[in-house]
Amino acid sequence: MPSANLLFQALASGLFMGALYGLIGLGLGLGWGILKQINLSHFAWVFLSAYLTYELKTRFGIDPLLCLLILLPVFALLGVLLQAVLAKFSITPFNSLMATFGLTVSVEAFIQLVWSADFRRMNSHYDELKFRLFGVIVTYSEALTMLLSLVCCFAVWWVLYKTDIGKALRASAEDPDIARAFGINASKLSLALSGACAALACCAGVCVALTFTLAPSQIFAWIGVIFAVVMMGKLASAWAPLVAGLVIGVSESMTMALIAPTWAPLVSFTLLILILLMRRSHD
Amino acid sequence: MTKRLMPMLAALVLAILIAGPYVGLPAHLQSLLYVIFFWVSLATSWNLLSGYSGYFSFGHGAFFGLGMYGMATFATKLNLSFFPSVLLSGLVAAALALVIGALVFRLKSIRGESFALITLAVTFVLSTLIVNTPIDGGPGVYLMGVSTPAIGPTAASSFYYLGLGMAALCVFSAYVLFHSKMGLGLLAIHDDEDVAEVNGVPTFALKMAAFALSSFLAGMMGSIHALYVSYVTVSETFNINVPLTVVLMSILGGARHWAGPTLGAILITLLLNAFTDGSSALVGRVVIGLILTLSVLLMPNGIWGSLSARLRGKKVQIKGDPLSEQSHADPRGRDLLSERTAELAIKGVTPVGTKVVLEVKGLTKQFFAIKALGGIDLKLYEGEILGLLGPNGSGKSTFINVVTGHFSASSGEIQLLGRDVSHLSAHEIRKSGISRTYQIPRPFNGLTVLQNVVLSAQYGGSGASESQGTEQALQWLEFTGLSDKAADLPDALNLHQRKFLELARALAARPQVLLLDEVLSGLTPSEIDLAVQTIRLIRQRGTSIVFVEHVMSAVMALSDRLVVLDQGVVIASGAPKEVMNDPHVVRAYLGDKVEGE
Repeated sequence: MPSANLLFQALASGLFMGALYGLIGLGLGLGWGILKQINLSHFAWVFLSAYLTYELKTRFGIDPLLCLLILLPVFALLGVLLQAVLAKFSITPFNSLMATFGLTVSVEAFIQLVWSADFRRMNSHYDELKFRLFGVIVTYSEALTMLLSLVCCFAVWWVLYKTDIGKALRASAEDPDIARAFGINASKLSLALSGACAALACCAGVCVALTFTLAPSQIFAWIGVIFAVVMMGKLASAWAPLVAGLVIGVSESMTMALIAPTWAPLVSFTLLILILLMRRSHD
Repeated sequence: MTKRLMPMLAALVLAILIAGPYVGLPAHLQSLLYVIFFWVSLATSWNLLSGYSGYFSFGHGAFFGLGMYGMATFATKLNLSFFPSVLLSGLVAAALALVIGALVFRLKSIRGESFALITLAVTFVLSTLIVNTPIDGGPGVYLMGVSTPAIGPTAASSFYYLGLGMAALCVFSAYVLFHSKMGLGLLAIHDDEDVAEVNGVPTFALKMAAFALSSFLAGMMGSIHALYVSYVTVSETFNINVPLTVVLMSILGGARHWAGPTLGAILITLLLNAFTDGSSALVGRVVIGLILTLSVLLMPNGIWGSLSARLRGKKVQIKGDPLSEQSHADPRGRDLLSERTAELAIKGVTPVGTKVVLEVKGLTKQFFAIKALGGIDLKLYEGEILGLLGPNGSGKSTFINVVTGHFSASSGEIQLLGRDVSHLSAHEIRKSGISRTYQIPRPFNGLTVLQNVVLSAQYGGSGASESQGTEQALQWLEFTGLSDKAADLPDALNLHQRKFLELARALAARPQVLLLDEVLSGLTPSEIDLAVQTIRLIRQRGTSIVFVEHVMSAVMALSDRLVVLDQGVVIASGAPKEVMNDPHVVRAYLGDKVEGE
């Protein structure tokens, strides 16, 4: 039996991992639930943002947090552009998956062209600075990831539930035609939302650069677990992806600590299967 | 034409491919063709369930991977020879599919994305189990020692022929399935699964069979591929690559056609191959990604779907004769009473009999806290038209949904000709002789008008063969005046024609009892006359009818008897005139008298 301290450490790393899962799932779930798009290029944006952060930090020494501020508008624009193109075609959720898969393959190849297939690790002082919390060692990178995730979830919640735009978005998610009939400008909203989702991906990308070793093929490695996060939580929700991410993150890290790292996927995916099987249909 | 041309063309291509290695097909082309065969097999096998029925599986990698590890286990650990190992690998994959299917195919909540996700999750669970158990254990499995049967002139041609055999088997299966009754049922599930079930399609059994066949073929291909790569690892086997690629190939080619995945697999494999040499490989991948994105956006139904839509467009243009359109819309429906239908009509002139066809006893239906039906007793006599009335929300639609088995009854009994049918599933009830129409028509939009009716004839009570089904369906289209629309998709019909398609589809099952859910709503007065006439003809053929309707003139003209529901219970029944003057009925529709009046 591992020591209590080890368990606490595992719990903490699971929470930080889960916060990142939640952050990536947040943007994906918003687009899925409201725009009815399964946007695989979300993963491409996350890693493009991570590589750009790596580049800006390594070459020009720009602080990752400053990178975030620089990159946010760039990615928001990318998201708006993508939606502007997709909106020209009436597209089913499954075809959106296919179309954005093509885009993701392109971005992956582009990343490999520029940065090669080698592993890249960004060195930053956030990794070296650590503090102790209830006997658990926490790096600033991890703390920052948790903080950014919470801030983003709160921001999304606030927009969705405390503003008129949020009300319009939720109405569109429920019934786009009726919402349009009530004077909601769906196309403008879609552009804004797609931009926001890409900005969330950018934010997640900075976190990935802070804590992970980068490789182009990693883009596809995250798809399974993030899909699980999005589906476990409700689509188009602010807090559900974070909660689902934390559940999966912690269950994975506990499995790693108590059994073996290779067993980790079993817990989260079995959990996902059970949840899907037990969810009641609506009739 | 294409139906005869296609198999001949396929036989020709197959003959050329078989002859290839013997007439000096270079080895590098043989291995390229193996890769094409490999993807044709995987994409086509995936399509058998997912493309036809619309249940998009992201778990094809699991069945393929199970085949890979099947070979690795059977051939290296159990020392079985090649062919038994291939067959067993396929069977293991099919068994897994049946287990998953048994768990999920009855749940209405697992359709669309949920099914994709649950199959993806199964892939990762399976890979975790394999990497942590002696099946693999982590380092991977070498298959160098397994001997492959030598086929063809050279050593390299063995895999060429094995791949060709698998691809041919998969495409042949897809072709046969596509043109069979089962294929028609799967396509109907794709369009509207609930309506398919109500139209007599045993949806659960069809999905199970297609899933098992699909996985069986993928497992066999995987087991052959294990020998081709000769070294199997979990990370190379159970990644997202296989499921995404096969989905992509099928979508690109056209998932609703048996040849779509083949087309997509050839195109994508050649594209990927065009850029493999060195530095241009990455630029190539960037280009391929963009091509995929564009082709999905521009051809959402795939290459095959776009082609057939274009062909159909031409056909309609030729057929668009304004004169035939006019005669069809004859308000008094003279056109409807063609000789054929008049003959049908005279055959079974029967007055209302004394034999009870349908008897409902104490039928209740509870949705959580809401009691939609509160104990309904009702009898329908042979050859009778029973008008079922009631304000909105009184339980008429629920009654139809329960009697046809779409919802199961909470309690009570439904007897058809003395036989209790209340515990049968919807498709069994349809087969035993109860048909319905939908108030808002729900045709299978991907099938032609004729196919819509053929499906019902084949899966309905008469259980017609393919040729009989088509013949009967054509008769019903003539009866409902839709003959010249037979080759069109339902989208090309107006509301009146769609309602008549509902009728034709219901009648093609040769029902004892026909439940009509507001067939007249939304029709013009002349269309209503036509419909009323048709309903009389249907009754004269001996079918008993429950007629839910709000158009009172038609109700009074047609009904032999009325039953009025309010809040899920029968509040009046009897002759039309009496019932309409019943104070309970007046109160249900108009509310209580104002105090002091």
